[in-house]
Amino acid sequence: MLSSAHAPRLVRFPSHCLLRPINSLHTAQSSPLPTTTAPSSQILTIRKSLLTKQTTAVDLAKSFLDRIRRTEPQLNSFLYVSPDDVVLKQAEELDNKIKNNEQLGPLAGVLVGIKDNICTSDMPSTAGSRILKNYRPPFDATAVRKLKQSGAIVVGKTNLDEFGMGSTTEGSAYQVTANPWDLSRVPGGSSGGSAAAVSARQCVVSLGSDTGGSVRQPAAFCGVVGLKPTYGRVSRYGLVAYASSLDVIGCFGSSVADAGILLHTISGYDKFDSTSSKREVPDFTSQFAGKDYLESKPLKGLRVGVICETFGDGVDPEVILSVRGAVTHLEELGCFVTEVSLPSFSLGLPAYYVLALSESSSNLSRYDGIRYGNQVLEDELNSLYGHSRAQGFGSEVKMRILMGTYALSAGYYDAYYKRAQQVRTIIRDSFKAALERNDILISPASPSVAYKIGEKKDDPLAMYAGDKMTVNVNLAGLPALVLPCGFVEGGSTVLPVGFQMIGAAFDEEKLLKVGHIFEHTLQVSSAVPPLVADELTR
Amino acid sequence: MALTFFRGLHTHSFLMYPSSFLSRKNGMLYCTMKSIRGQTETQEKSQHQLKVSTQTQSRKHDDIFKNFEAIIGIETHVQLSTLTKAFCSCPYNYGAQPNTSICPVCMGLPGALPVLSTKVIESAVKVGLALNCNLSLSSKFDRKQYFYPDLPKGYQISQFDIPIATGGYLDVDIPLEFGGGHRKFGITRVHMEEDAGKLLHTGNGSFSQVDLNRAGVPLLEIVSEPDMRTGIEAAEYAAELQRLVRYLGVSNGNMQEGSLRCDVNISIRPIGQLEFGTKVEIKNLNSFSSVSRAIDFEISRQALLHSQGQADQIVQETRLWEEGAQKTVTMRKKEGLADYRYFPEPDLPGVTLTEEYVDGIRCSLPELPEMKRRRYEGMGLNMQDVLFLTNDINVADFFDSAIAEGADVKLAANWIMGDIAAYMKNEKLSINEIQLNSHELVELISSIKGGTISGKIGKEVYTFLILFIIPLSSAIEHTFICCVVSKLILHLIIA
Repeated sequence: MLSSAHAPRLVRFPSHCLLRPINSLHTAQSSPLPTTTAPSSQILTIRKSLLTKQTTAVDLAKSFLDRIRRTEPQLNSFLYVSPDDVVLKQAEELDNKIKNNEQLGPLAGVLVGIKDNICTSDMPSTAGSRILKNYRPPFDATAVRKLKQSGAIVVGKTNLDEFGMGSTTEGSAYQVTANPWDLSRVPGGSSGGSAAAVSARQCVVSLGSDTGGSVRQPAAFCGVVGLKPTYGRVSRYGLVAYASSLDVIGCFGSSVADAGILLHTISGYDKFDSTSSKREVPDFTSQFAGKDYLESKPLKGLRVGVICETFGDGVDPEVILSVRGAVTHLEELGCFVTEVSLPSFSLGLPAYYVLALSESSSNLSRYDGIRYGNQVLEDELNSLYGHSRAQGFGSEVKMRILMGTYALSAGYYDAYYKRAQQVRTIIRDSFKAALERNDILISPASPSVAYKIGEKKDDPLAMYAGDKMTVNVNLAGLPALVLPCGFVEGGSTVLPVGFQMIGAAFDEEKLLKVGHIFEHTLQVSSAVPPLVADELTR
Repeated sequence: MALTFFRGLHTHSFLMYPSSFLSRKNGMLYCTMKSIRGQTETQEKSQHQLKVSTQTQSRKHDDIFKNFEAIIGIETHVQLSTLTKAFCSCPYNYGAQPNTSICPVCMGLPGALPVLSTKVIESAVKVGLALNCNLSLSSKFDRKQYFYPDLPKGYQISQFDIPIATGGYLDVDIPLEFGGGHRKFGITRVHMEEDAGKLLHTGNGSFSQVDLNRAGVPLLEIVSEPDMRTGIEAAEYAAELQRLVRYLGVSNGNMQEGSLRCDVNISIRPIGQLEFGTKVEIKNLNSFSSVSRAIDFEISRQALLHSQGQADQIVQETRLWEEGAQKTVTMRKKEGLADYRYFPEPDLPGVTLTEEYVDGIRCSLPELPEMKRRRYEGMGLNMQDVLFLTNDINVADFFDSAIAEGADVKLAANWIMGDIAAYMKNEKLSINEIQLNSHELVELISSIKGGTISGKIGKEVYTFLILFIIPLSSAIEHTFICCVVSKLILHLIIA
């Protein structure tokens, strides 16, 4: 039952116990069940096997590069994959360090995927937009710099909806990423590439960005752990801005521990981002090291509030069942569960779209074809702007710029932007109050599981509605963790369901603790999609 | 010995003919002393040109003028001389090679974020206090959005509805030759913002280039109330602002380099009419004299249109002052109100000032021009002297330390405004660059006053003091030697 007690020794990946969901509420029991892995930390396993010389960084890197080569034609998770020799050279350097008994960074040998809207000086950073085609920034984002300093190897840049504007990766100017669980379905978005890459084990962990749910929704769709930190916990320096007051860099991992270790690496005050917090980052990684949860009620006394507004209309009954199952499990772990009502919850979606689009209309002004990116040569300045932007931006981005510009225009500002800011304050206050009475709040991560590619492409309102579980958290600036909690039948395969745990500002530690115990006691929580399952269990 | 004496010498001939040198100097000095001001170049130019403009005011329209009143307000942009730009650590040096002082932040690269330099706030608070404003203890930055190639982010970081300082005033003493008198001009607001880059146009006009060195340099925008009525008043307001920022040490206030830029808003109305006329904005004013002359031109242009029954041709527009043609021309007509879609800058936290912080700065403020003028007036100096001495803070400091050492007020003022000012002007030196220090001046003055040397000899001793680093006693000694030598030479020539 418990990974650490039953885990056979494994080199490349953590324990593979073929486990069946034990949750009685689980709706997909009759389906072909996925291969599940007891979700111990890949990062810690890699570290252990490198230090005990059971494997080398080069072998490890090769295995990931092989898998990328094999799966990428079907998945299209990456917009750019680092050449083999570049990756292997970094791995070799690490192996030399190990040989010489030098100090290793906490992420030594860990292959990381970076969402393409996060700047990397040695790789293109297009944000999924044609207007930044071939653009290479002269600097690394602070989060990327910290990753590199901790020994991680950046393996490539992952696909996304253009500038993070979308929920499917269909908005990418370059390619659509497929969901590793069902190639005909979307991986979610906008960080769909990062989620799919971790899900298909193309990399160990990955960075995404979350403005309205762009880490959490794809994590749920792809069956991985997604962590949206508190606004200000991670520097935004080098994150291509979509909506500055909502954007955060987030983490994907195949276990809570991996997401937590990744967050710990990239967190902290940065003098280049004056919205980053000077608060000390607690070491929430120690709790991940081989603990047994044999006591029957490890979460005794934890107050869990279930947001009742998130279990209503427009949410798939199967998703509700699955999340209710997770809640029951938390109760079994000793949590004290109550229903919480947040009457302002439904206001979040319109307020979010007004604010995000207003800010984006301003943030995207810099793409004018003058200094970088595509320039359409014209004799007259306004046509140069017009044509460069018309040809550089995709239709979703243009629509959002138009709506944001409208909302900020004289005569409309008070009715839209200002009103939305007032709503934001109400939402922030209501969450604060709810989190004073509860340690964590629970909701589904998304109203549905992954849908078909093309299904909502021509219905932006339906796509926007899919964000209703997540946007409030961004408006309130709170941390949230999304975990797999079950599967639903989806034709020939099963599709993961994710649930969301929302914590108080800067209390990622509690979320990670609860998440870690949760996934170690519920056997469906971390799963490998069929696409790569055979190879991993071989 | 001689070599040490003559270090830094520009002309040698006087050694043979010291008397002639001195008399030439003295002649010139005498002329300068008659002029009221003549201290710094800008001041000199301004004063000179202001005079010209009063004289050239077209007398033929005098009658028309009398029936109209001009309403003038000024928006001034002061470039702060902080070590770095406002939101990044790039330095700014005027005249540097294009695009040599830029970084991802001031280039507006994707992912780069602004971080406010606290020096900008400090300067803004200093200026706000010096202008007698109310400070907003809690203000913020906003984005002002428009497209132009010199604006890398597509928006300017500025302050919109909550500026850092509001509701102050500036005291100005009008020089006697322009009628004299004291004025109090209202200050509407002071806010912080960033400068844009510059466009460099090629000779044949086939393409333009962008220089982003200036992008992100901190500015204070100071908006006056529409309290000025004449070109002279406007120019004196601008000159006083320049003095103020120089006294405070927050800007070099140099108009030619664009460190102090004035945009004038002007309308005229028949005297007695309550509502304002149509407002016109004038740009490209690179000196105080152009401020004054552009306003005078604009008043006469508008008055003429009124008198010819063509008042409807005065439209809301931006006009450009053409220095060569000495006139204003249409730059762009206002096509409705520009919508800058201001909204709070989400990349920067709010600006919060504590009372202690503000008090700390208030206590550290230097004596400001207005206080200095009142103090000098109290010392018995006339307004001409007062205005001269307070114009340049370094001159005022020199004067103050001479007085502190016990120099006679009037004599010290006369020496500074006379011989020393003339020498500085002639050699294009500032008072900090000349050899003479205030202590030596005090000694010289007391030697003359005490009868050790005569006033005539004093002038010659002064020449040694200002040219060479020598003690007063040696200077006196050498003056006598020179006199003897020159008399000997004269005697030999005659013989």
